[in-house]
Amino acid sequence: MTKRPALLTLALWLIPLAFLAYFFYQPLVAIFRLVFSEHFSQGWELFEWSQVSKPLNFTILQAFLSTILTLVVGLPAAWLFARFDFPGRKVLRAISLLPFILPTVVVAAAFNTLIGPQGWINQALMALFNLTSPPLKLLNSLPAILLAHVFYNTSIIIRIVSSSWSRLNPRLEHAARMLGATPWQTFTKVTLPLLLPSLLSASLLVFLFDFTSFGVVLMLGGPQFSTIEVEIYNQAMNRFNLPVAGLLSVIQLGITLLVTLLQNRVNTPRYGKAALNPERNALSRPAKRWQKTFVLFMAISLVLLFAVPVFSLITRSFVTLEADRAQRGEVAIGFTLRYYRELFRNRSGSIFYVPPIQAIRNSLLYSGVTILIAGLLGTLTAYAMARRARFNKFLEPLFMLPLGASAVTLGLGFLLIFNRPPWANSTFPLLIPIAHSLIALPFVVRTMLPAIRSIPESLREASRSLGANPLQVLLRVDLPILLRSLLVSLVFVFTISLGEFGASSFLSNPHTPTIPVAIYRYISQPGALNYGQALAMSSLLLLVCGLGSLLIEKIRLPGEELF
Amino acid sequence: MLEVRNLTKDYENKPLLKGVSFEVDQGELVCLLGSSGSGKSTILRIIAGLEEPESGAVLWQGRDLREVPTHKRGFGLMFQDYALFPHKTVAQNIAFGLQLQGLKEEEISRRVKDGLESIQMESFADRPVTELSGGEQQRVALARALATSPKLLMLDEPLGALDHTLRTQLIQELRAILHQSQIPVIYVTHDREEAFGLADRLVILHEGVILQQGTPQELFEQPETPWIAEFLGLGNLVPGVVTQAEPLMIKTDFTELTFPNQPLQYSPGQECQLLLRPEDALIGAPFSAQENRFECTVRDSLFMGEYHQLELLCGETTLFAKSETPAELGAKLEVSWPAESIRVFANQ
Repeated sequence: MTKRPALLTLALWLIPLAFLAYFFYQPLVAIFRLVFSEHFSQGWELFEWSQVSKPLNFTILQAFLSTILTLVVGLPAAWLFARFDFPGRKVLRAISLLPFILPTVVVAAAFNTLIGPQGWINQALMALFNLTSPPLKLLNSLPAILLAHVFYNTSIIIRIVSSSWSRLNPRLEHAARMLGATPWQTFTKVTLPLLLPSLLSASLLVFLFDFTSFGVVLMLGGPQFSTIEVEIYNQAMNRFNLPVAGLLSVIQLGITLLVTLLQNRVNTPRYGKAALNPERNALSRPAKRWQKTFVLFMAISLVLLFAVPVFSLITRSFVTLEADRAQRGEVAIGFTLRYYRELFRNRSGSIFYVPPIQAIRNSLLYSGVTILIAGLLGTLTAYAMARRARFNKFLEPLFMLPLGASAVTLGLGFLLIFNRPPWANSTFPLLIPIAHSLIALPFVVRTMLPAIRSIPESLREASRSLGANPLQVLLRVDLPILLRSLLVSLVFVFTISLGEFGASSFLSNPHTPTIPVAIYRYISQPGALNYGQALAMSSLLLLVCGLGSLLIEKIRLPGEELF
Repeated sequence: MLEVRNLTKDYENKPLLKGVSFEVDQGELVCLLGSSGSGKSTILRIIAGLEEPESGAVLWQGRDLREVPTHKRGFGLMFQDYALFPHKTVAQNIAFGLQLQGLKEEEISRRVKDGLESIQMESFADRPVTELSGGEQQRVALARALATSPKLLMLDEPLGALDHTLRTQLIQELRAILHQSQIPVIYVTHDREEAFGLADRLVILHEGVILQQGTPQELFEQPETPWIAEFLGLGNLVPGVVTQAEPLMIKTDFTELTFPNQPLQYSPGQECQLLLRPEDALIGAPFSAQENRFECTVRDSLFMGEYHQLELLCGETTLFAKSETPAELGAKLEVSWPAESIRVFANQ
C-alpha cells in the first residue's frame, strides 16, 4: 500500500499493542510478581499445598469427566448433523448450537429451575407428596456440574466435528465397505482416523472450557466443589488471600496455555483436499430402519438435553410456586408477570439494593463500550496480521494469549494493579468494558482476519488505478466486503459482554452490578421474588443472546467458524 | 453371472433409473456408456449395495443380493476420484482389504508386492498417497480394488480426471490388466473412445433407460436410433422424405438418394433420418455406380494426419467427409455415398 509497508504494519500494531501491554500484560506481570516475591519470601513451610492441590485435582477430574461425557453426546450428534437429512434438521441444529452463546449464569439458572430446590422437579414432587422440603438434592453436586458442562459444550463438538465430518469424502467410507469392511470397521479404520485432528482439537477446546469453568461451578457446584477458577475468586474476594489466588492463577494460566498450544497443533488440517468431499452435499435421508431409529433417538435426546432446561427457565419465570420471604399461608400458584414487572421497581430501599433495571442499564452501557473498543482494536489487529511482515509471527501469539487467560485471572490482575490512583474503588466498574474487550478481542480477530485476507490485493490496486485515494479504497472496497464479518463479530462481542460473569464479578461494586452479577446475587438470596427476578433477568438475557446467535447464523459467511 | 433386473431409482423425487436390465458374463468387460446424469454411477452404487433401488433386483449367480450388505458382496469398486485413504501409504491402501480378510502378514505383503508390480509402482510402496499424481493414484486405486480378488470389478469413470495423452496410454494398460484378471468388469464412462477401446459389450444409457446394447462392432454398424448414431459420433445425420417405395427413394435437401436393395418397409411421404458416414464418402475416385451422386462446395479442408476432413456445403446442408486428398476451398466437388453404406432411420 505504501512505500514503507513494514512501517505501516507497525503503526497498525501500535494501538492494540499498547492497550494489551497496559491492560493485559501489566496485570499479568503483577500476578507473577505477587506470587514470586511476597508469598514465597515467607517460605514454603507456612504454605499449605492442599490449598492448591485440592482445587487443582478437582478441576482436572471434573474437566476430564465433562469432556468424556460431552464426547459421548456430541459424537453421535455430530454424525447426525453431518450425514443425515430429516425434517426439522435446521431447527434441531439451531437448538443444539444455542448453548455455546449462552452466558454461564443463564445456564446455571436454567438448571436451577429444573433440578434446584425451587425448580420444577422438586416443586412437583413436594406438591404431589405433600412434602415440606425439596426431596431431591441435585443442586450442589458433581452430576449437576457435569450436566451443565455437557449442555454447554456439546455444541462445540457438533460445530467442529460435524463440519469436518460433512466435508469428509463419503466415498472413502464407501471404498472401505467395498473392500470388505463392516460399518464398524469402516468407522474405526477410516472415519475415525480422518476425523481425529478435529476430534482432538474439539475435545481439547471442551476440556479448556470445562477447566476454566467459573459461573456454572460457582452456581451449581456449591461451596464444597471448587475449581481453580472458583477458588481464585474465593481466595481473593472472600478470604483476601491474594498470594494464593495469584498462585492458582499462575498454575491455571500455565495449564491453559499448554492445552491451547496443543490444541493449535492438532488443529492443522493434514490431508489437504484428498479427504474432502467433492460434492456439496453428503446428506441423505435415513433409509434403513436402524438409521431411522438412530435419527429419532438422537433428535429426542438432543431436544431433552437442550430444549428442556431452556424451556424450564422460561416457564418457571412466569409461574409462582412457593411463598415469598415473610409471606405466610396459602400461596397462589399460577401464571404471573410479577417477576418481570418487579425488575423495574425499587422495593427494598436499602442502600445496597440495586433495582434490576439498573443492572440492565449498566450491562447495556458496558457492552456498548466493549463493542467500540473490541471492534476497533480487533479490526486494527486483524489488518496488521493480514499484512506480510517479518515481525508478525512474534506479535501474533501476544494477541491470542488473552484467550488462554481466564476471566477471573484477568479480574484478579485488575484488582492488583488498578487498585491505586488514578484508579479508585469507585471507578473500578469502568474497567469492566476493558476486561470484556480483552476477552472478546481474539474472537473479533479470528472472524475478521480470514475476511481481510480474502480481499485480493488486485481489487485495491484496481480501485486505486481508477482514482480512489486510500480512504476511498477502505470505504468502498474493504468495508463493503468486510461488513458481514464485522457485524458477526460485533454481535458476538455484544453477547460475550452481556453474559460475561467472571471478570465482572471481580470488578463490579455493589452499586453497579451487571446483569449476570445481579442474577447471581438474586438467585442466591432466599425468597420467591428474588428467585423469580433472577429467572426473569436470565430469560431476558437468554432472549437477547438467542436473537444474537440467530443473527450471527443469518449473516455469517458459510464456512466461517467462531473459534 | 451378474444380472441386473428392472432397476428403478428416484433422485429428489424425479425418476433417475426407469427400469434398467442387463447382464454381465464371466470374464466379460461391459461398458455402461452415457452422458452425465444418465444414472450410470447410480447403477454401480446399487450393484455395490451402497444404495437401494426403488424396485428391481441385483442377482449374482441367480441369487438376489437384496439382503447382502456391501462388505459381504465381495465386489470391487473403483471410484471416479479414486477415494484412496489419505491417512495411509500406497502399500497400506492396497493392503486394507487384505487385512480385513484376515490374511497372514506374509500373504498380505506378497500380494501387495504383486499388486504394486502389476501397476509398475514397486518403488512407491511407502509413499503417502497424497503425494501421487493423478495417473499414479488411478493405478493404486486399481491395484487396491484388484488386490482382494473381487468377484466383480466396477470402475466409475476411472480415467475421467486424467488428461488425454495419459488416458490413451492407460486404456491399453487397463485392458491388459483387466483381461488378465479374468473377472467380470463393469466399466462406466461417458467417453466413446474409452468405451470402444475397452468394451466387450456396450450398454448405452440415456435418461435412465437402456437404449441399445451389443458389441462395439454391432453398435457401430447398426445403431438403432439417430440419437445413438449422433451420441456415438458416427457421422452426418440428414433429414429426408420417402418419395418412392420400390425401389426406395428418399429426397433430401440437396439430392434424391436411391436404395435399390432395401426391404419394403417404407411408404411414400414418410419422414426419416439418414446416417452418412464420413469414411464412406467417395470423392474424386472413379465411381462405379452413378447413383447417389451430387455436387457440393468445399467450405473447409483440414489435414488430420491419416486423412483430410472436408466440410462440404450441399444445398443448405453441411456434410463432413473423409478424403485421401485435400480440396481447394470454394471448389465444386462431385461426392457420392453408396446406398449400402447409408443407414435409414424411419421417424416414429
